[in-house]
Amino acid sequence: MVQNDRRALRLVHLYPDLLNLYGDRGNIITLLRRCQWRGIPLTVERVSLHDRFAFADADLVFMGGGSDREQTLLFQDFQQHKGPALVEAAEAGLPLLSVCGGYQLLGRYYRTHTGEEMPGLGFFDAWTEAGSTRLIGNVVAEAPLLGEGMGLVGFENHSGRTFLGDRGGIQPLAQVIAGQGNNGKDKGEGAVYKNAIGTYLHGPVLPKNPALADWLLARALERRYGDGSLTPLADRWEQSAHDAVARRFASR
Amino acid sequence: MLHSPRMLAGLWAGKTAIWLTRRIGHGGTSFPGGLGRRIAPGLLSALAAQLKQGAMVITGTNGKTTTSKMLAEMIAASKLTLTHNRAGANLVGGITAAFIESASVGGSIASDLGVIEVDEATIPQLVREVRPKGVVVTNFFRDQLDRFGELDKTVTLVESALAALPPQSVAILNADDPLVASIGRHYKGRIVYFGIDDRSYGSREMTQSAETRFCRLCGHPLVYDWFFFGQLGHYRCDHCGFARPQPKIHVSQIELKGEDGSAFTVHAPQGSWRVELSTPGFYNIYNALAATAAALRLDLPERSIQAGLQGYRTNFGRMERLELDGGRRAFLALIKNPTGCDEVLRTLTQNRGPKRLLVIINDNAADGRDISWLWDADFEALAPVLPELRSVATSGLRGEDMALRLTYAGVAADALTYEPDVSQAIAAALEMTGPDETLYILPTYTALLEAKTALSNLGHSPRYWEE
Repeated sequence: MVQNDRRALRLVHLYPDLLNLYGDRGNIITLLRRCQWRGIPLTVERVSLHDRFAFADADLVFMGGGSDREQTLLFQDFQQHKGPALVEAAEAGLPLLSVCGGYQLLGRYYRTHTGEEMPGLGFFDAWTEAGSTRLIGNVVAEAPLLGEGMGLVGFENHSGRTFLGDRGGIQPLAQVIAGQGNNGKDKGEGAVYKNAIGTYLHGPVLPKNPALADWLLARALERRYGDGSLTPLADRWEQSAHDAVARRFASR
Repeated sequence: MLHSPRMLAGLWAGKTAIWLTRRIGHGGTSFPGGLGRRIAPGLLSALAAQLKQGAMVITGTNGKTTTSKMLAEMIAASKLTLTHNRAGANLVGGITAAFIESASVGGSIASDLGVIEVDEATIPQLVREVRPKGVVVTNFFRDQLDRFGELDKTVTLVESALAALPPQSVAILNADDPLVASIGRHYKGRIVYFGIDDRSYGSREMTQSAETRFCRLCGHPLVYDWFFFGQLGHYRCDHCGFARPQPKIHVSQIELKGEDGSAFTVHAPQGSWRVELSTPGFYNIYNALAATAAALRLDLPERSIQAGLQGYRTNFGRMERLELDGGRRAFLALIKNPTGCDEVLRTLTQNRGPKRLLVIINDNAADGRDISWLWDADFEALAPVLPELRSVATSGLRGEDMALRLTYAGVAADALTYEPDVSQAIAAALEMTGPDETLYILPTYTALLEAKTALSNLGHSPRYWEE
């Protein structure tokens, strides 16, 4: 199955020791394997507190979700050091996947129960308000970005309600068929802005959504090499795991 | 004795429900308790108050069932009688059901002691209803985050339950888990710590699935001299001074013997003794230590403690050996969260030789609806035994997710089979297993119950509520 493609890529895993709440590692494994099966060399760099990194050298960035406590630990480091450089690179088209806490940190602000506002980086024109209940459960959604009739499946577990503005043409990543999505109200799930994705489908969102994994890889290859073509993979279990969720939870 | 008619009505309804659910082939492990409580909300308190020498409560993420059963063996070896939710139903309904079963028709509990395994979310309520003599906290790992939200909340929940303990009670805490030991920092009552001093196993480097490397008290990085697994090890915080407490009950001279178990020396203020444990898995040494600490608190004689551990055989799906014919071997090992699963995989890969694997993943409420943890678990650790795997199959509600996980861990997609029906998957796997081969069945909690029923229908294992 290994093709002979030498277009190497560099993936940055941001705060892997702090933002690792729910199987976020599954996304890294998925990107690694899908590159390996195609003969694309992919290196993963773990960048955490106090590390210095030039995001201009990166091809792909992943930020997972974290608990409230651990997000507090990285807040300053992200605001002052990595965040602004990351935003600059993402504005210039760096592909990025941010999940749950990572998604919130890239928005304009997070407003807590007590009305306190924690500023985000404002990369996504989106804001989050703490909710009184957690939105938990399986999600089935439609994601036209990934192609005609393509779906997105996953699991959400968040108390924040995120709302999207319209600056720069930010769009929801998907429309929920089952589940709550960004805020439980407008059916939107996640966000797409330039080549950056934010989503509440936590942890291992990529394994069961290979089209999303390949969308990110294709954007990265296009940006670095001007050619985003990817050899198709068989995706047997990827597809059956995806379909099983869609079948079980979307029919209700 | 129960004198109130309402209490008796609750008791009898529960007893009838236990009888009925068993007649129709279920374990009857929690529904009867829930029913009894609906009729008489004070039932558990009234029954538990009759225990002559009180109750010991065991909580934490991993090792609750094993620690409880080891303690139960020690108590049995002391010729004391016991009420114990031994089928592992550890929510308030299941615990009440165990007491209902243990009570006479008139509502008397004749047991000397109670051993109660309890879910972390249930412990605040349990401590109010059963005022225990002690609480053992084994460890904290991510498990069922769809119920708890975040691990920090689970830790805080247990911490608040400890604060409500009666003054004569004691907290028995794992010194090696900084998340557990941190709750001892503000606890006002008596604490007994247990831990492993021997550094012949483990490593200087942190493994994949540690929950934190930051101090829970001040947020600064913890410095580790040694890791055993996950975040368990010898640690300190150079910022606030929090450090692994020196354990009063500790272990040295560990010798691991693969699937045959382990040997080690336990040190306590009462003396030191050598233990031979037939239950495999490094983590079971922690369980044996926790049970020993609880037994010492209950003033059990050293002889009974030793006899209890010596006589302990893994059961109820904790690396449980199944009786098969023709020299074939099979093990049933519960997996339900990353660290527990990693430890099972570590034991499995210690055995070299032809093997087969069946992983059964459900996402019912008792398993956790969220199966993200499959990606935190280190199935990549199977790499050295991949050439020895003669077949790999998955089953259960999330069997296709499991097949996908194994594909990304290096099992060829074409080499995998998925059979949705658990009993058919087990029958097929047993059928396939030849002489000199070992079959490993790895189920989640509700899948374990299904597997047990399927195995007993095939004539391989006792019904779980009879164990």
